[in-house]
Amino acid sequence: MGKRTALYTKHVDAGARLVDFGGWDMPIQYDSLINEHHAVRQHAGVFDVSHMTIVDVKGSQAENWLRYLLANDVARLKENGDALYSGMLNEQAGVIDDLIVYRMAWGFRLVVNCGTREKDLAWMNKQVAGYDVELTERPDLAILAVQGPAALNIVMDLLNSKGASAEAVQIGSLKNFSGAEFGSWFIARTGYTGENGVEIMLPDSEAPGIWDELLAAGVKPIGLGARDTLRLEAGMNLYGHDMDETVSPLSANMGWTIAWEPADRDFVGRAVLENQREAFKRGELPKLSGLIMEDRGVLREGLRVQCTFSDGSVKDGIITSGTFSPTLKHGIALARIPSGSQDAVVDRCEVDIRGKLIPVRLVKPGFVRLGKKVFV
Amino acid sequence: MSDFPDDLKYAATHEWLRLEEDGTVTMGISDHAQELLGDIVFIELPEEGKVVDAKQEISVVESVKAASDIYAPISGEIIAVNEDLADAPETVNSAPYTDGWICRILPSNPAELEELLDADTYAGMCE
Repeated sequence: MGKRTALYTKHVDAGARLVDFGGWDMPIQYDSLINEHHAVRQHAGVFDVSHMTIVDVKGSQAENWLRYLLANDVARLKENGDALYSGMLNEQAGVIDDLIVYRMAWGFRLVVNCGTREKDLAWMNKQVAGYDVELTERPDLAILAVQGPAALNIVMDLLNSKGASAEAVQIGSLKNFSGAEFGSWFIARTGYTGENGVEIMLPDSEAPGIWDELLAAGVKPIGLGARDTLRLEAGMNLYGHDMDETVSPLSANMGWTIAWEPADRDFVGRAVLENQREAFKRGELPKLSGLIMEDRGVLREGLRVQCTFSDGSVKDGIITSGTFSPTLKHGIALARIPSGSQDAVVDRCEVDIRGKLIPVRLVKPGFVRLGKKVFV
Repeated sequence: MSDFPDDLKYAATHEWLRLEEDGTVTMGISDHAQELLGDIVFIELPEEGKVVDAKQEISVVESVKAASDIYAPISGEIIAVNEDLADAPETVNSAPYTDGWICRILPSNPAELEELLDADTYAGMCE
């Protein structure tokens, strides 16, 4: 038996098929992955993501320490509740984990992956030496992600029904990537689906009641299966698949998460990353690209991507995440695509599926946003 | 609960077979197999006219989560393929034993049918 979230019996009651996920018994799907996927794109779904690790960061040097620990810069977080996505790099600029950091009235809150919990905590505890910083893991909190075009209104209605009308107004006016803390609750406009919605962190003891109210309001429970197809349609990375400690964040479409300015901010991995940045500009590093396969079939992680360059040379890339897009009804993937020599560009790409080469198109990572196709 | 019709034979690799009156065999994948796979989104259909050996790979059924090889449960010639599945692979989820059939085989060694599992034995295996 694995670890169980506060919602375990709710999943069983909802007919979930449970699987081991990083040591946790988690719902992979309830009735149908595709129906769950569409529910989030068209209305609203709720995900139990309580298995993720929350770490609260307090102390007089919390901000300085995070500015050193993370490749993105928490000084960019102006208001309490503001959120930032960042990589946590090692000295070789490999990605130890990706995470979300929120500025809180009392410090910062990090949400890291469950599969990397031990190494993340070990790394943070090592890096924190010499700083006036206190790290507190929060296993007492559940996390519910409520996502979809109707999600925000449903959560506001739920708050209103509890007499929390001022809080409902505040949630309704939040900008994307910001949040608000109400007592032991924290609600933020973040998620992993490419839809509008919120993530609610709340005490374990209150989570089952809220889960029931959300379901009664027409929100569908969503398993990890649809969580993966939704994030992949949104072009979002999954740790351990699209990036890990052996991959430069620049080769994992995480360049936008690196705060190069101010140039005098030292952060872990910066020296190596500066060199990689020059190599990347010269076209010497592979790139994470989106793939579209309009022929019938499904793209899968690990498949070989044969790239033919304008100078006639041929090099192999690899799919790091692949699936069938329920929204677009064809195969989509993220793939690490090699760079060509000198000025050579990729002319065409084919994916090797059971020995057959099937043509695919390269696009920017990101296929569906707010229910609509986004690539051309 | 999965459905295991009594009038069918089954292979341990989760294919079902029905011996038709004309001596041909219709096959598909079991209700249990489609449940395990989940939403089916693509089927690489068998090749009509191909002569196959028992246990030879003839088709691939792909759900969002996984790809699963389909094997010929008996030797023979593939004489018909359910082309409707190209556009509607989800039929295998909704009607695995009827409209979701995959192909028909003309057996070259009907004795092989005796080696397949009956519904009770197969259902027991799936528990």
